[in-house]
Amino acid sequence: MKTIGSAISRKARQLGALAMTGSKNPWGGGGRRGEEGSASGETGEHPEPRPDAAGPEKPSGPRNPWLPSGGGEPRRSASLDDIFKSRDRRGGGGGGGLPRLPQRPGGKSWFPLIVGGIALLWIGITSLHMVGPKEEGIVTTFGKYSRTIQPGVSLTMPWPFQNVDVTDVTSIKRDSIPEGDSEKLMLTSDQNLIDLSYLVRWSIKDLKLFKFRLDNPELTVREVAEAAMRASIAEITLDDALSGAGRGQVEQSVRQRMQRVLDGYQAGVLIQGVEIKKADPPAKVIGAFQQVTAAQQDAERDRSNARAWAQQLLARAQGDAAAFDKVYEEYKLSPQVTKRRMYYETMERVLANNEKVIVEADGVTPFLNLPESAKRATQTVEAGAGAGSGSGANAAAAGRGQ
Amino acid sequence: MNANWIQEYKTALVLIVVLVVGLLSSFVVVPETEQAVVLRFGEPVRKINSFDPAKDFGQTGAGISARIPFAERLVRIDKRLLTVDMQQQQVLSTDQLRLNVDAYARFRIIDPVKMVRTAGTPDRVKEQLEPILTSVLRQELGKRTFQSLLTAERGQAMENIRKGLDRQAREYGAQVVDVRIKRADLPDGALESAFARMSAAREQEATTIRAQGQKEAQIIQGQAQATASKTYSDAFGKDPEFYDFYRAMQSYDRAFTPEQGGTTILLSPDNTYLKQFKGP
Repeated sequence: MKTIGSAISRKARQLGALAMTGSKNPWGGGGRRGEEGSASGETGEHPEPRPDAAGPEKPSGPRNPWLPSGGGEPRRSASLDDIFKSRDRRGGGGGGGLPRLPQRPGGKSWFPLIVGGIALLWIGITSLHMVGPKEEGIVTTFGKYSRTIQPGVSLTMPWPFQNVDVTDVTSIKRDSIPEGDSEKLMLTSDQNLIDLSYLVRWSIKDLKLFKFRLDNPELTVREVAEAAMRASIAEITLDDALSGAGRGQVEQSVRQRMQRVLDGYQAGVLIQGVEIKKADPPAKVIGAFQQVTAAQQDAERDRSNARAWAQQLLARAQGDAAAFDKVYEEYKLSPQVTKRRMYYETMERVLANNEKVIVEADGVTPFLNLPESAKRATQTVEAGAGAGSGSGANAAAAGRGQ
Repeated sequence: MNANWIQEYKTALVLIVVLVVGLLSSFVVVPETEQAVVLRFGEPVRKINSFDPAKDFGQTGAGISARIPFAERLVRIDKRLLTVDMQQQQVLSTDQLRLNVDAYARFRIIDPVKMVRTAGTPDRVKEQLEPILTSVLRQELGKRTFQSLLTAERGQAMENIRKGLDRQAREYGAQVVDVRIKRADLPDGALESAFARMSAAREQEATTIRAQGQKEAQIIQGQAQATASKTYSDAFGKDPEFYDFYRAMQSYDRAFTPEQGGTTILLSPDNTYLKQFKGP
């Protein structure tokens, strides 16, 4: 139903446009019929079916279209119809005899009917308006604002007396700034630059103001958004702008600023929200910014390594201390025995696992088979020489054993 | 027959045409978005639908109005809020820093008669206002430091600029509603040095962060050592003599393991371990 309505009103607008260019107005169209050979086009708009019964009324046999219909048409008083008919005939000269409409019963022309039908259709199309659920329409009478029509069906005077301009008002419009992926640099309060892109969502608050007050409301919204965003970014530092908390603050302040400015312009626009899509350092310095992130990770790594090491050290100390405490408790019960036992157990382990030499008496110089001297001894045996060279070292070792 | 017909109704036809033309030229339609000045032989006599903020749409006189055909001529003027866009200008702040400024002003024609007399059309008003905006803006911003151009003081500066421009605009029957800086960018040379400064600042930050991290790591380790030391001394301090023995035993165990390489140990028969070796 709605689509039919809108199609009709569109058609009406087209017709309106045609009618404005004088010669093509719907009344003129009838007059040019013969010239343009559009008889079928004209009848297509005719709401009444053309009776085929009119056929037999047509004079039989080929008929010269250039000749006047002669006695078939009795002289009548002058009418608009006749004026056009005469013009029709004049124009028909170049058209090359396309068949004219068959005459109505009673010998009258179809013309008044066609004109009447078009006029009716015209009135129907341009005075009945369907306004969709998201839309509102502004009715102007000769350009003067009359009223605003709400969703539903409304009646107005036909064009050109009243005109209706239907606009979608509740849909939220989105403006992405900048458009595309280009870099948009803005200055922050600490004179750094930030690459920012954001989205402005807005809707029409007052259609009347929106339509009549501003030269180019859409562009105005964009320009105001840009000015407001720059003003807000210039109030905070780069670090704040890059952080999440700062962003929220900026979005809020831009929204308020925009609303204030647009209300000052009486733009009839409601700013629904501003969202920062991207806030990055400029591409040229992004390397340096990544270094900071890397440094933060390095520092964090150093710290956690140190913490791990500290945990290990503390655990070890606690373990050692606890072990000592246990042994000490035991030791306190019988100090002498425990000490002896520990000594023998340790010595047993130590000596069992190692080579040992016991030097019995002071007078004896033992042959000490130290790992190095043993090797050297085998070499000297092969060379056929004595083993005296090792004795000095042996004596020293023996002395240490005392 | 055609000729006859036209001859017969010639007078009527001419009459109709004259009537229609006369009707059309004695009424004019002024839409809501326009205001008009009626000129009678070139002299402004009245206004149609001129701007009046107190009246709502529909009451300002838009729509159909009458005029004397041929004697009166209509000059239509946009009634909406119009824009003057300023070309990008380089502004020098008091501390000799340059800033590229892109600004716009919004104005509307409030005195159409004056405007018709002085400028003629709104486009001419725009042409007149643009150089004024540029010079007022330069003057006003040139009084300020770079920092104050960027931040809150901008508000006051803009208001001064608006007032300055408005004074001039009134001469053309226009009212300046708002002046705003759309963009304020660094010029190319300054842009490069700003990038260099930003990079240097970030590199410094990175170095500081690394050094801080290392410092904190050292502190953590030092603290751990201190705590461990305290734990040890608390435990071992109960009996230093036994600790000496206990620790010596542990040390022997660890030092003389086969993993450390076989060790040849020389023992004197006087060794305490061999005390019983000599027989009971």
